[in-house]
Amino acid sequence: MGQAFARMKFGVLAMMAAVLTVASPQMAIAQDAAEADFAAAAQVTEAAAEAAPEAGGYTPMAPTPGKGMPVHFDDDPVQSMTFQDQYTADGAYALAMHDWLLMPVITAISLFVLGLLFYVGIRFNRRANPVPSKTTHNTLIEVIWTIVPVIILVVIAVPSITLLARQYETPPADAITIKAVGYQWYWGYEYPDHDVEIISNMLDEEESQASGEPFQLAVDNRMVVPVGVPLRIQTTAADVIHAFAVPSLWFKQDAVPGRLNERMLVIDEPGVYYGQCSELCGALHGFMPIAVEAVPMEQFEAWVATQGGSMPSAEEVADADAAEESESEAEPAA
Amino acid sequence: MATTAEGFDAPTAAGTTHGGDHGDDHHMPGFFARWFMSTNHKDIGTLYLIFAIIAGIIGGAISGIMRLELAEPGIQYLFWWAGASEGDIAAAGHMWNVFITAHGLIMVFFMVMPAMIGGFGNWFVPLMIGAPDMAFPRMNNISFWLTVVGFLSLLFSMFVPGSGGMGAGVGWTVYAPLSTTGSPGPAVDFAIFSLHLAGAGSILGATNFITTIFNMRAPGMTLHKMPLFVWSVLVTAFLLLLALPVLAAAITMLLTDRNFGTTFFDPAGGGDPVLYQHLFWFFGHPEVYIMILPGFGMISQIVATFSRKPVFGYLAMAYAMVAIGVVGFVVWAHHMYTVGLDVNTKMYFTAATMVIAVPTGVKIFSWIATMWGGSIEFKSPMVWALGFIFLFTVGGVTGVVLANGGIDDNLHDTYYVIAHFHYVLSMGAVFSLFAGFYYWFPKMSGRMHSEFLSHLHFWVFFIGVNVIFFPQHFLGMDGMPRRIPDYPEAFAFWNMVSSYGYAIMAASMAIFFVNLAYAFTAGRKAENNPWGEGATTLEWTLTSPPPFHQFETLPVIEDHHDYHDHRPATA
Repeated sequence: MGQAFARMKFGVLAMMAAVLTVASPQMAIAQDAAEADFAAAAQVTEAAAEAAPEAGGYTPMAPTPGKGMPVHFDDDPVQSMTFQDQYTADGAYALAMHDWLLMPVITAISLFVLGLLFYVGIRFNRRANPVPSKTTHNTLIEVIWTIVPVIILVVIAVPSITLLARQYETPPADAITIKAVGYQWYWGYEYPDHDVEIISNMLDEEESQASGEPFQLAVDNRMVVPVGVPLRIQTTAADVIHAFAVPSLWFKQDAVPGRLNERMLVIDEPGVYYGQCSELCGALHGFMPIAVEAVPMEQFEAWVATQGGSMPSAEEVADADAAEESESEAEPAA
Repeated sequence: MATTAEGFDAPTAAGTTHGGDHGDDHHMPGFFARWFMSTNHKDIGTLYLIFAIIAGIIGGAISGIMRLELAEPGIQYLFWWAGASEGDIAAAGHMWNVFITAHGLIMVFFMVMPAMIGGFGNWFVPLMIGAPDMAFPRMNNISFWLTVVGFLSLLFSMFVPGSGGMGAGVGWTVYAPLSTTGSPGPAVDFAIFSLHLAGAGSILGATNFITTIFNMRAPGMTLHKMPLFVWSVLVTAFLLLLALPVLAAAITMLLTDRNFGTTFFDPAGGGDPVLYQHLFWFFGHPEVYIMILPGFGMISQIVATFSRKPVFGYLAMAYAMVAIGVVGFVVWAHHMYTVGLDVNTKMYFTAATMVIAVPTGVKIFSWIATMWGGSIEFKSPMVWALGFIFLFTVGGVTGVVLANGGIDDNLHDTYYVIAHFHYVLSMGAVFSLFAGFYYWFPKMSGRMHSEFLSHLHFWVFFIGVNVIFFPQHFLGMDGMPRRIPDYPEAFAFWNMVSSYGYAIMAASMAIFFVNLAYAFTAGRKAENNPWGEGATTLEWTLTSPPPFHQFETLPVIEDHHDYHDHRPATA
């Protein structure tokens, strides 16, 4: 009870701090505290990782606090109010588009409307302007407030369409295929090129504490992928619709029964990237998180070995390359 | 009492009441016949408003349960609500889904729609066009009672078995296959049937409004002289008429998939779950305009009234609503950006969705231009209208963000979407409802509400809803998915803030009910036109409350070549 009260009190203070922070992003005290927290968490994680049995050169990666996961207000107030940092090229593009184009535009429009409302409220209230004008038309101004929004929208549409085109680039034939299958209520990851299949369940509160990972994001078996190479992410579901979503990779794709959705993903940096199922799928919808672990290729090979799979042979890769060439000949437009 | 202008004196002639004079030649039915078998548009409007308030209290209470649960991480109360043992996460999760489903369906189908169209539409469309009643008074009655029975069916669904507990936990979108193979038990059937009933009621209501507006306008009241609220209801009625049958078809297919072995949405039999989403959103997107267009109409009336100035750009305002209605039918798949649409489809829906911002912008700027040069009085309806204009703008611009298919990949099904649509509904639609309520309450009840309490209600509500929903933008951007009963620790702070906002909002509703009680017990009697010379539409020429039957002699609207003045010419 006392604890809850203290927390509420802190919450109010923190909210005031948030208001201050928006004005001046330097909040040294909060930052230092956050770093101390992160360091402590990292130590726990490392200890957990060392304790894990080493098999074939693969060790589960310790997550970097604040990377690939949502950020708490206490750790970084500003970061808790915006998108997670992005670790794909398309994600970075989308984030930049949001931060440098959409945000300024929508903020300006909202403030402009608010300013106009204040202006008319002060300038044209009953006392300031007792006799109302009878103006009901002004063609020029009406044309302006139709054309200017159109221009703004066209300016937004250009990067928006570009972003879509980038997101829909066809993966090369030698991209590594990973099929994420949604079940009620866990994820299965199939690696058809490597003969690997894993099932990924949420860790409970004690287990996630033990592994130093955030509860409700941590899973027992992560989807391990090589970093920096094209991945062909396919999603489908066995029962109802689920959605495979990883915010820090700007990636969300529904897993629909009877359909196979496909999208290319290239992760820039090694790391653990968390997400949660993002389509209502029944009672435990909130408890089927996604954890993607991006590792260097050698690590990935080692991981495949620990899972009893094998890397595709050179022959298979050559076949894939040939397929890709014939594909590009057949469809020069693509 | 036989001249044309009888009963339509300019508001300055207030004080001489005309309503009483009419009473003698009407048979006023007894209580049961009057309220349960009503064919009077004003009584039915009142019934709709009372119904919407009750539904709003229930739907609002459910959102209180939700915000309480989300106030801090961990599951605290859902076990109790589910009647399950501590730690039965599945039962708690199902209970959560039942709450979010009920909240969504109640607020959309049984609060906003009945209040806007059933309540204010019924009350003021005939009054504003100078008609004695709706075209089909008995159909009007059945529309209302179908809505009530639909609501009861929905409430009933919460107490019959669904999957993993009582109730339908499928979300207001009722997506297959969660709603078909994923939800055994009769709960979902009752929820679906509830939509059938409410939908049938709305279709009947829509035909009634279209017929009334096209055929029963007073002499001289051309389409281009109709008050904008009537325009807004006309456009809304067409949207209802075209969209609801599609919903009815989709949910009927759900029923047959569930009970009669069809496989419309089941891939095992050649169906496709995404087909359901296309059908649902072909209804669902016009539905959001159905919920906001009558609000646009009310705001136009109110802004003009309290600025003592005609609406700026009347024709542009009317046709902007028509444009919004038309374009609203070709943007539905922006609700489905992540289902696996191909790139061209997604580009089209991105572009089409952004187009809606243009007529919406025309409306926002025209309201401001109406105030420009006006003589603004900040009466209770006006402050709610001003709140509406600003908050709807905020909700609108986040809509422009979400319209971008590539950006939506991150925001889809997160709290950002929740924040967006609550800014346009819980602030857009609801602010316009309160604006309309305070605007017309004196006319409907014959009593004045307290201006002080109305302003206090406004400010507390304004702060409350912003504290609830603004932080939800942050949660969404940080990645918090919708429809989850519990969340990672990282989302704790802004959820707590949001829950405090709920408490503020709830307090403001207490003020609203105190205000109502005050008006009915101690409120001053309302004049025919309490709002002064800016209130030019026909309802202000009648007594407050209007006579049981009005306009037995039709008013004649003279051709002023003036789009805003709806009063008949005074001698």
